[in-house]
Amino acid sequence: MSDPVIRAEALTKRYGPALAVDSLDLTVEAGEVFGLLGPNGAGKTTTILMLLGLTEPTSGRAVVAGFDPLRKPLEVKRRVGYMPDSVGFYDHLSGVANLRYGAALCGMRPAEADARIAAALKRVRLEEAGGKPVRAYSRGMRQRLAIAEILMKGAAVAILDEPTGGLDPQATREFLELIRSLKQEGMTILLSSHLLDLVQSACDRVALFHRGRIGLTGRVDDLLRDVLGGSQVIRVDARGPGLAAVIASVPGVARVTEAADGFRVEAGVDARAAVARAIVEAGGELMSIEAGHASLEEVYARYFEGVRDAA
Amino acid sequence: MRRDGFALAGAGVVMMKELADNLSSVRMRLLELLVFVAGAGAVYGTLTEVRNIVSEDPFVFLRIFTTAKAPLPSFVAFLGFLIPIVAIALGFDSVNSEFSRRTMSRILSQPIYRDALLFGKFLAGLATLAVTLTALWLFVIGLGVLLLGLPPSGEEVLRAFAFLVAAVAYGGVWLALALLFSVVFRSAATAALAALSVWLLFAFFWSMLVSLAAPVIAPADPDDVMSLLHAANVTEALSRLSPNTLFAETALAALNPSTRALGAVLQSQLQGAISAPLPFAQSLALIWPQVTGLVAAAIGLFTVAYIAFQRQEVRA
Repeated sequence: MSDPVIRAEALTKRYGPALAVDSLDLTVEAGEVFGLLGPNGAGKTTTILMLLGLTEPTSGRAVVAGFDPLRKPLEVKRRVGYMPDSVGFYDHLSGVANLRYGAALCGMRPAEADARIAAALKRVRLEEAGGKPVRAYSRGMRQRLAIAEILMKGAAVAILDEPTGGLDPQATREFLELIRSLKQEGMTILLSSHLLDLVQSACDRVALFHRGRIGLTGRVDDLLRDVLGGSQVIRVDARGPGLAAVIASVPGVARVTEAADGFRVEAGVDARAAVARAIVEAGGELMSIEAGHASLEEVYARYFEGVRDAA
Repeated sequence: MRRDGFALAGAGVVMMKELADNLSSVRMRLLELLVFVAGAGAVYGTLTEVRNIVSEDPFVFLRIFTTAKAPLPSFVAFLGFLIPIVAIALGFDSVNSEFSRRTMSRILSQPIYRDALLFGKFLAGLATLAVTLTALWLFVIGLGVLLLGLPPSGEEVLRAFAFLVAAVAYGGVWLALALLFSVVFRSAATAALAALSVWLLFAFFWSMLVSLAAPVIAPADPDDVMSLLHAANVTEALSRLSPNTLFAETALAALNPSTRALGAVLQSQLQGAISAPLPFAQSLALIWPQVTGLVAAAIGLFTVAYIAFQRQEVRA
């Protein structure tokens, strides 16, 4: 196995008394799609900026694409493409002109830049819109233009901060599809998101952030199994007095939580039939009952709930 | 902490892009229109005055720049007024607009240092100013040749050119100030207002403030010559803190060869002096401190902007 593409050791960033990132350890292997997941303000963007050398860490060190972003930021930035949270372009310039500026900053010759830009725009299906001013672009098109910039740069590593932020579901699906195809071409991708469920399908491994620390790292499937203990989740929409207790008394049910749209039931076995029967026998009105999919959202909630309780 | 790589790599690219933006922007069109109309108006008004004195003054061509005909101020006074406005308009949103357009972190993730971005923006603004002022300068000289019907002498061209250089340096001070505010204030409107209030301060209120403050610092006793001299010197030193004063003095000495000294002169120093125009080299020596002061102020302000920018967080 080759060296990891991104390695962070005890990376720490303080803003005054506030600890934004707290001794973070992270490795991302070549060709991997790695997700930094967590709510806003958990330190994801700060981590990314430190990896790019745009913010100086208070302590700790990082190696990205074989270089120290603190000492050799230009080498790192030459190899890493970055798409910031809600990426912006020069509105009065065309998509092509925006990319030309980026190419010139990378030191590319105009002829080479134009060839690469054309190829990159084709890749993200913007070849027709390329000549239009960016102010006419939709949010999804801007995001794709940002990806085109990374492709044009020939970056080996792509760091995407909230890449699906502000996109509608259709555009999000297309975008995740694009990320998958980039991975197939061998690009290493580090992406951050607060939408845990949305990106869990796209990531090989994820790190769950919580208040500047990584709580859990691993493959999505492993996390689901380890934290949720392989239990099944059932969503029950029913009305009636004292139903929570009724459901909890059903054999096999481990946990009942009341949610806005009904109950969330965790059970070791498929207890749908037994739960339904219990509700009806107790005189409750059963509207619907279905097996839910275990999601990272639940992993996150459960894990950090545990952390809070322990603290 | 030592970092590898050339700090200004990419500054040329940034400069060319910003220059293209500056020169093609609607804002610049309007300013050019304003400056040219004002300049042409001032010059046209003075020409009728200057025509009457053609035979009296060997440096009549330079009078185009300096003569005022009521109600219009002279061309030089117009420039002293308008250059700061143009420079502020060029610079007030140069850095904070990168944040508000959310392009800052994307541009800085390209293989360049921040230094390149700030230097490129400043140089592009300065180049825009220089192009505009040179065009205006040529326009005025051309207008003078056409309407006066006589060409400027070699020395007049040299003097006018020295004035042009000083005008660009004066613009550089205001550009650096606008750039500083664009770094410090995240809102472009705040930066513009802050820069304009500084301009107001120096353009209108500075002389009042100086006349209030100078007697407090150095009280003048009418019976004591030395205290009078001291008071005059203090007044002069205070008023020279304003770039507008420096620019006005430079214009006076460069364009009016009979100016022998800037500031207070004692009677004894004038003894035996022949009333003749100074040679160009001597006038240049006279304005050298003023122009140096302007350049130094520009560099100083740029340095402060540079430090503030380097310490700023990139995240918007």
